[in-house]
Amino acid sequence: MSVPFYVSPEQLMRDRADFARKGIAKGRSAIALQYADGILFVAENRSPALHKVAEIYDRMAFAAVGRYNEFENLRIAGVRLADMRGYSYDRRDVTGRALANAYAQTLGAIFSSGGEKPLEVEILVAEIGASPAEDQIYRLTYDGSIADVRGYAVMGGPAEQVADYVGEHYSEGISLAGALRLAVDALGHDGTEVRELTPDQLEVAVLDRTRSQVRKFKRMSEETLAGILSESRPAEAPTEPAEEVSEAAGESPADEAPVAPTDDDAPVAPPEDPDTDRPL
Amino acid sequence: MTSDASGRLPEAFLTPGGSSFMDFLAGHAPDLLPGRRSLGQGDLSSEVPHGTTIVAATFPGGVIMAGDRRATMGNIIAQRDIEKVFPADEYSAVAFAGSAGFGIEMVRLFQVELEHYEKLEGATLSLDGKANRLSALIRGNLPMAMQGLTVVPLFAGYDEDIKGGRIFSYDPTGGRYEETHFYSVGSGSLFARGALKKLYREDLSETDCATVAIQSLIDAADDDSATGGPDMLRRIFPVVGVVTADGYRRLPEDEVATLVDAAWSQRHLRPDGPASASLT
Repeated sequence: MSVPFYVSPEQLMRDRADFARKGIAKGRSAIALQYADGILFVAENRSPALHKVAEIYDRMAFAAVGRYNEFENLRIAGVRLADMRGYSYDRRDVTGRALANAYAQTLGAIFSSGGEKPLEVEILVAEIGASPAEDQIYRLTYDGSIADVRGYAVMGGPAEQVADYVGEHYSEGISLAGALRLAVDALGHDGTEVRELTPDQLEVAVLDRTRSQVRKFKRMSEETLAGILSESRPAEAPTEPAEEVSEAAGESPADEAPVAPTDDDAPVAPPEDPDTDRPL
Repeated sequence: MTSDASGRLPEAFLTPGGSSFMDFLAGHAPDLLPGRRSLGQGDLSSEVPHGTTIVAATFPGGVIMAGDRRATMGNIIAQRDIEKVFPADEYSAVAFAGSAGFGIEMVRLFQVELEHYEKLEGATLSLDGKANRLSALIRGNLPMAMQGLTVVPLFAGYDEDIKGGRIFSYDPTGGRYEETHFYSVGSGSLFARGALKKLYREDLSETDCATVAIQSLIDAADDDSATGGPDMLRRIFPVVGVVTADGYRRLPEDEVATLVDAAWSQRHLRPDGPASASLT
């Protein structure tokens, strides 16, 4: 007859949180940034097919870091919830707040239930309003905590370091090109060495309130991205962008398992993007 | 309805499954599907509003779909400005003739079905794939069709593979038939098709093709009491949708008005419309 060890609830929760945090920190960062005409999402992601940023509904998008299978499942649930609400009520009745709440409850319940492993994910639900003041960004962590963010949010990888960089250079009402430059520079400032990320290492999308279509989400193609980035060189240009020693060393992002992120990756064709040449 | 008592996402939302919104509804909320309702006895066809005539015609690089604005209930005009032509997604249009209530519901469900697939898969369905989904939707409506609540849609879209427009017609059992050049459905369709036969040419420009569609609707209204002609007093004109490589576009009211006014002024001189230049 064995007596189970007593583990205090504090210890139990701490262990579970540590487990989830470690998983998330292994990946690469993703940034959401409010700019004058909407919200910009930039994620370091070498896979052209496995997205970290996706459309949920007309004015709503989803960004996530961590374990791909886990956040993909949450994304699909979000699309189902949004489409179901929009179909039963009206398109205008689909709100980011409702979705963020449902995610928070789901993550929280899984985190505190003994039977399930906590999800190793961190997600953002972003919704644009008629003006920047009405934009909403909700940041949700593995334990179901939810925060209403203004300006910008960074998750995954060395998030604090990247967020510090964004915080130093961010200003309200920044232009799209400015925001993009800032985000790309910030993603490069995630270690001791400064990296210059190239378009094929990035996944970029916007919720653009100036789009005439009902659906405001749009992915940015590699060509568009390269065009904007070449026009705005980094403010403090790293002189040797090819030096990626620290980066190649010890990172094995949890969310990129199917595609080995080696540095000699041949440039992969951009995802077949239905949005590139259409006024969606 | 969309989340359980705890606010957590219901299990069904998080269960891996297909990318079809209709299939998801069938499993999770079957009461939202039009085909799952039980009906009373008898023929209801003169008790509810019915939409009437729809025409579609292709031109090099695209397809035009137009519908009159009348809904009838037996011998009563139920509505003068009903809309029966809608974008199905960015590259296709759908319109219906028959029971207006179910027609509008079917169009909404079809729109969500296509958008849902696009968001979950990150790719759009092929035009044939979309046409087949519409088949499945109509098949679900068969019990109601048997009671006089038939909905007959017309589907048209731009096919990226052939760089041109294609038209699909349906029967009430869900049979799907591809049409070449032009087609028409609804109570005035026989007259409209006669007009299309005489006016249509393969090399029509977009504007001329819109004129041909409008002329055929005027001819349908001339001989079918359930089809509404252009309402010159209230300035209510047909809805004309165009699908090209640039996506779906509804012709603006003033452009349609210009085309209708031109056709109408000629009809003052020759009420039967344009006469063919040659008899052989």
